[in-house]
Amino acid sequence: MKVELRDPNTIMKLSRLGSFHQSKLSFLRSFLDEFKDWEYKKDLFDLDKGGFGTAIYSLKKNDRVYSLVCFANRLNDGERSDRVIATKWDAAFTLHDGVPTKQDIERLKSEVPRQEVGRLSYKELTLSRANKSVRVFDHVVDCLSKGRQPDLNLLNNVGYLYRTTAVYGSGKFGLADRFRIKNRDEINGPFRLEMMLVYLVRQFTFDQVNHVAKHKNPKEAVSLDLNICKNLGIGNSTGLGMAPFIVNHPTLLNNWIFCRETALKKIREIRNIKPEEFNLFKDCVRSSIKNLTTWNTESKYQLKKINSLLKNTKKFLRFIESEFKFEIDYPFNQIYLWLEQETCEETIEYIVSIMMEPFDKIVKPLIKHMSSEEDKYFNIPAHRTVEELREIIEKRYSDILKIDFNNKKNKKNFWFISKNKEEPRYADRYEENGSELEQPLAIARDIKKLYEKLINSKNSITIDKFLITNSDLRHVVRRAFIIEKFPYAEIQDNTIGESVVPIDMLRLKLSFFGALKFDPRSDKWLRICMFQGAPLPHELKNFNQQWVYSI
Amino acid sequence: MKSLSEIETISKRASKAMGFSWGISEEVGKSIKLLELFDLKGIKNLNEYFKKRSTEKFENLNLISENNESNKFPYCPIILGVNFLDQVKSLEKFNNIKITKIAYPLIFLSFLSRSSEILGKRIQLKFDDKIFLLNFNVNILSKMSIDDFPITANHVEISFIENIDNFNDQDWNSLYKLSEKTFVEETDSLKTGAAGAGLTDND
Repeated sequence: MKVELRDPNTIMKLSRLGSFHQSKLSFLRSFLDEFKDWEYKKDLFDLDKGGFGTAIYSLKKNDRVYSLVCFANRLNDGERSDRVIATKWDAAFTLHDGVPTKQDIERLKSEVPRQEVGRLSYKELTLSRANKSVRVFDHVVDCLSKGRQPDLNLLNNVGYLYRTTAVYGSGKFGLADRFRIKNRDEINGPFRLEMMLVYLVRQFTFDQVNHVAKHKNPKEAVSLDLNICKNLGIGNSTGLGMAPFIVNHPTLLNNWIFCRETALKKIREIRNIKPEEFNLFKDCVRSSIKNLTTWNTESKYQLKKINSLLKNTKKFLRFIESEFKFEIDYPFNQIYLWLEQETCEETIEYIVSIMMEPFDKIVKPLIKHMSSEEDKYFNIPAHRTVEELREIIEKRYSDILKIDFNNKKNKKNFWFISKNKEEPRYADRYEENGSELEQPLAIARDIKKLYEKLINSKNSITIDKFLITNSDLRHVVRRAFIIEKFPYAEIQDNTIGESVVPIDMLRLKLSFFGALKFDPRSDKWLRICMFQGAPLPHELKNFNQQWVYSI
Repeated sequence: MKSLSEIETISKRASKAMGFSWGISEEVGKSIKLLELFDLKGIKNLNEYFKKRSTEKFENLNLISENNESNKFPYCPIILGVNFLDQVKSLEKFNNIKITKIAYPLIFLSFLSRSSEILGKRIQLKFDDKIFLLNFNVNILSKMSIDDFPITANHVEISFIENIDNFNDQDWNSLYKLSEKTFVEETDSLKTGAAGAGLTDND
């Protein structure tokens, strides 16, 4: 039986993309898999009794070493802010390529804590900073110093000791350009070095909290229980900075979604599955209920989604435990069709992610196809004709062409770069100044404008001639030719309309990172947790692949 | 040191700020990144050109032909470069394209380099007494010092170089003969077991 890939016009809608969940394809999980046989070491831990100072952690294999350099700084409570406009943090980090020399450490000590206003070099790969969850950190220090373990309810509610507020890579602030390292096998997957940084930071937070507790009361202090550590991740506050990324990297977006869709298609095409495969799937669905019941948020928008997801997942579990016979032909196809019929977008995508768990043979080969050589697709095939371009748009943007951009509510917002922090922002064009400096992220509107120009142009005109008088549409001409080859490259929705929920765009990207427990704090930023339940460094050589569902 | 990613982003944004469309600005970002990757002074030239644009006039050459003469002012290297990139497949039919007065020819050079890759042919650029060879966007060859790039190229000639060997048959055959010494003579029995052996090709 041949199953078709799902229609981009359905999958690439913002509400669907905003319902994606982590899966075996997620970058933090593929990072752990790739680095499981690397040697982990704590190379330096030079903190004072308050936990301030320098630490270095490394992962090594053969001649290759990646070193996380951490700087923990004293910060007054009034100075602590998760916003991107902050200028001081509890800790700052960089991932250094190789073993840093003393001179490197001195250089980094003066640059890394300054983050965006510091300068890194081609020897550094990623840069980040993080703030303590003071409530949790202080509680843990207090308990450990008194010789007891912390309150698990509090820890479960928050899920981490620290949260990062940005993780930078790929040439930002002088960091190494991607081309310098792209041929390394171990990082042949998107955001692998960003994942490495966050993973090693997680270990730093445990070491730091133990260190502070020990110095507070050397005689009685105990270390944080390893099982508790394992159930803590790293938090992250994420704003709109992430949203333009998925618009600005169309072939990369395509490859992420295409791999997910290919995995689903192949799983639906399996005629007979083994009992152990079905049992693993069922166990993951069952265990995952706990992830849903411990998913805390005050966002009404997210609470509604979680409640629907929990209700539908329980309903699905009853279905597969009592009615469904996995011995039938193409069982996962039947399951998928049932989900479409009986549940919501959030549940469909949740279960699609879990479907991948038993099928490493399908999923693992896809991971190396999730990067993209974007420059290869940059040039416009200007020898092609207006007729061809028009046909591409009619085929690939059919829903977009139905949007009426003369209606004010369909172009209510605009994306811009803020002057004070050079970060992407989103605002109402009828209430705020600056829409004349709009970023080229209103793809739906501009595609529609291009289409209207094309239908009034002669079919046989070549694109080079068309562009002479339509230079303002060049950016979308390029995109249309990209989407011809990459059907999942484009969000099939209006990103500037009145009803847009920008966090849907963040959620899409974060799900591919492997984030859990999305906690929207407004429609423009959210908090998440990464690596919660993940193996600790000393467990990397042999860990439960389904750790996400065993928290 | 600035990363190439920073160079591309800043060049793109600065071009937009100068009034170019986002699509053209994206092209400028890629081209300046390329120049800097080749250790040519892309940022310096772009900056100087943008400063000049505020006080001086430049012409746009949109539809490129065999002979292109500016009326009064030098051609804008960005508009010319983008159009050359777009039109390169139809320009290939001309043996020699002549252009008078191009402002900041280094900026134009980057678009020619990218055109060479699109066309799959080397491109030669001659202006005044200077010659450049653009090799499929892999490198740019010239005897000229990279610090001596002029502000204006007055008489420019562009030619597409056919994909032909730059060595003679004698040199090739001599090397080929040498390479044969790595081959092994097959016995008759090996020949009978090779792919396709034993079958009639008419079956």
